[in-house]
Parts: sequence; structure tokens; C-alpha cells
Amino acid sequence: MRFSGLKILTEGLTGNRGWTPHWRDPAPKPEYDVIIIGGGGHGLATAYYLAKNHGITNVAVLEKGYLGGGNVGRNTTIVRANYFLPGNSEFYSHSLKLWENLEQDLNYNVMLSQRGQVLLSHSDGQSDALIRRGNAMRNQGDDAEWISPEYMRKNWPYLNFDSPRFPIYGGLMQRRAGTARHDAVAWGYARGADQRGVDLIQNCEVTGIDIENGVVKGVQTTRGAIRAGKVGIVTAGRSGQVAAMAGMRLPIESHVLQAFVTEGLKPCLDTVISFGMGHFYISQSDKGGLVFGGDLDMYASYAQRGNLPMVEHVAEAAMTLMPMIGKAKILRSWGGIMDMTPDGSPIIDRTDTDGLFIDCGWCYGGFKAVPGSGYAFAHLMATGTPHKSAERLRLDRFRTGRGLMDEEGTGAQHNLH
Amino acid sequence: MRLPCPICGERDVREFTYKGHAVALDRPAPNAGDAAWEDYVHLRENPAGETRELWYHGGGCGAWIVVRRNTVTHEVLGAELASEVAE
Repeated sequence: MRFSGLKILTEGLTGNRGWTPHWRDPAPKPEYDVIIIGGGGHGLATAYYLAKNHGITNVAVLEKGYLGGGNVGRNTTIVRANYFLPGNSEFYSHSLKLWENLEQDLNYNVMLSQRGQVLLSHSDGQSDALIRRGNAMRNQGDDAEWISPEYMRKNWPYLNFDSPRFPIYGGLMQRRAGTARHDAVAWGYARGADQRGVDLIQNCEVTGIDIENGVVKGVQTTRGAIRAGKVGIVTAGRSGQVAAMAGMRLPIESHVLQAFVTEGLKPCLDTVISFGMGHFYISQSDKGGLVFGGDLDMYASYAQRGNLPMVEHVAEAAMTLMPMIGKAKILRSWGGIMDMTPDGSPIIDRTDTDGLFIDCGWCYGGFKAVPGSGYAFAHLMATGTPHKSAERLRLDRFRTGRGLMDEEGTGAQHNLH
Repeated sequence: MRLPCPICGERDVREFTYKGHAVALDRPAPNAGDAAWEDYVHLRENPAGETRELWYHGGGCGAWIVVRRNTVTHEVLGAELASEVAE
């Protein structure tokens, strides 16, 4: 079934009886060419691009819960490509280009809204650093624009421009950045992969990875053993547990990151604002809720919920940046599990086991990376060589010290990002 | 979350700074080689369940403590002074 305006009109006039399920619910076959462990955004995108770009359709995606039930459904939906360091910058640049054509490619409305994102500056030094970053972004062909406090006062008059501690000096705007409907991204990739023959198998938890003489042979699951020539681990949030099944230890600690949404309000915020000094960022959803988040709780956690000190910190940052938010009521808060690497950047690489690949370490930036990660991981698994956008996202960079991508400049150690 | 400091008793988590898994107590020799140092600095068990980790009681007595904690439930199972664990 193809979605179109005509289809919606026809269905609307005929009682909406013609809609069909978006994907099948197949039982696992005994053997596949490729198994993807993890049916989140990255896993589903990998399966989609394996089928679309490389013609590999004898693929199973194994998901222990339901499709898109992890971080792809728990994030704050921001899409951007404003990284500074080589390695990250070309990867996210490529990912944003895929986002821009995603709806046509998938024939699925992911509600990408390029409403822009602005990084605020509060000092001359910070302005210089942001302008330098903007120049780097423009040099590689992406957009970046310095915007003045006057422009901001006109558009977002409620910001606290004259705060004694954090006066607003300007900001770096990327107009092609924005937000997307996070669940729809998972569903769109799932539907696209299913249509090309990929088996999406839910409620199927991987319990072991079969390795013989250094070569992967398949996986053990709660629904039986499944053989495969290649296996990809795409389980950010739980990467450590799955990698342990293959005898690996990863440079990852899992941390909880909280997010919040207010009750629905009238339109007041037409972009994404990042207030880095307060570890705070905010946008407004299409339903009107102000969606915002803060920093990690800063201790290892798999709980998918955080503690009150960070709630208080985020609320303080919100009041510092835009005091009017004090009139809004917080409707919900939730937490997601972040794969935190020592340098704050991701990993897409092969492992020491032949046929076993890993895509992990997305820290708190995984959502915008979904298309780029799936594209690059599919390329690596299909061809055996890294895609050029992701060739620096190596697993061994921590051992060698070569190619660390520490955007914050705090050092490549755990708990600093 | 409240942590039981062996010196000060049970205190709010805001008084503490998190260092990470308690591997810092097993520092390898300077000449132990790349693999041992990568293991120490970067690689982690990262358990979903009970873990041992280092916290610094900067807002209290200034002690380093080893906390046993469950990473899935946030239940705190006990704490000892790092100086005593290291001996």
C-alpha cells in the first residue's frame, strides 16, 4: 500500500476500511543472511538500507520488546548537523541530507520540520567559538548563520536577555535543523524494510551469540536458535549486555537522561533553542507542549527514570533562560538509557569476531543519527568496508588514542560528557 | 537517592560526586601495556543490576566511598570507605 493525498481522500470518503497493517508479523526462519539485533531506529534503518542499497533482503530484525520501544520513542526529536570535529561533522552532515529526503524515500510522513536550531552565546569568547564552528559547518557545505540579540528579541521576546549571569550575546543558527515525529521514523523504516522482504520479529530476545573459531554462526533467542552469516548489534542503551554475549567489553557506561513536556500551550516557540550553559534545550511540539531536557543524572543507570536533583536543575535552567515557563505545568517526565562513550562520540565498526559488527555508543545524540547510522552500518555489513561518512567512528580509537572525537574538549574519560 | 556514607550516615545524593565503576582501585602498573590500560581507562562491565562504584563525599566528610548499588532499581545496597577496601 502506498500513501498519498488521493489515498487519504478516498479512504476518508469510504469509511477508512482499506488501511492495512504496516508490516507483517512473521515467525523466525531457521537461517538468515543477516541478523540485526535490536528493532529500534538504528536497527530498522540498517535493515532498510541493507535491502534498498545492497539488495540484501534475507534479513531478520530481532527485537526483545516491540518495534521502536526504546530510545527512538523516548527522545526529544531534535535533528541537526552542527558538529565541529572531523568524524562527527561529515557523519551528521550526511545524516541530515538523508533526513531531508526521508519522507519521499520511505513514502511515510515523519513530520520533519526544519524549524531551525540555535545555540546561545553568553560571552565574547563563546561567540568566537560558535562562529568558528559555524565557519567549519559552512566549509563542508552545511548551513550556519550568526544571529543577533536584536533578531532574537523580535522573535523570542520572552528570553532572559539581560540576565546578569548569562546575558545573551547572540547565537549560531542552523536553519536546516529541526524536529521530527520520532515514532514515525521507526515505523517508516520498519514498513520500508518489511516491504522489501525483511522479517521484523518482535518479542524475540537474543540470549546468546554463537561463535565458532572466531566466526559468528548465529544467535540463540527466546524463540529458538537462528543461524546467520552476519550479525549486527544495534542495541544502544543495552550494548554492554549484548556485547558480553560475544565475550566483549565495550568502552561504554550506561547513564540515564531525563526529558520533560509541559501541558499544551499556544504556539510560542518556532525553533529549537539550546542553552548550553544550563545544559538545557527546548522546542515546542505540534501539540503545543514545550519539550525540554537537561543533562545526564551522572551515575550509571538502566532505570529509564531519573532522580529529583536533575529535575530541579533542569527547572532552574528553564527559569533562567525563559522565566515565562514558570506559568506552565510539567505534564510528564521520562528517562532514556544512554550508551556513554569516553569521548562522547559513537561507534560503527567490525569486531574481532568475523561476521559480527557493532553500532553503539550514541550517547545522547542517537535520534538525529538514525538515517546516517543505518546507511553507514548497512554499508559496512554489506561490503565489509566502512562508509566514508563513518570511517572515523572506530572502536579501537580509545586504545590507540588516534581519532578521538571529544567535542566538549573535556578529555576522553568516562563521566565527563 | 540517598547514599549511606560510613562516616556521616545516610545523605542526599547531591552531596556526592560520581566517579564511576570502582575499577580505579585496581590501577595497573605503568608498564602493564596498552591492553591493560585500555581495560582500566575505557572498557567497562557496565552491569544491569548490582554494581560497585566510587563516589566522593565532597559535600560532607570528603571521603571516597565504594557504593554497592543496583543500576536497574536504583536500590543502594551498602557502602564502605575506599581507603579500607583498597587495603
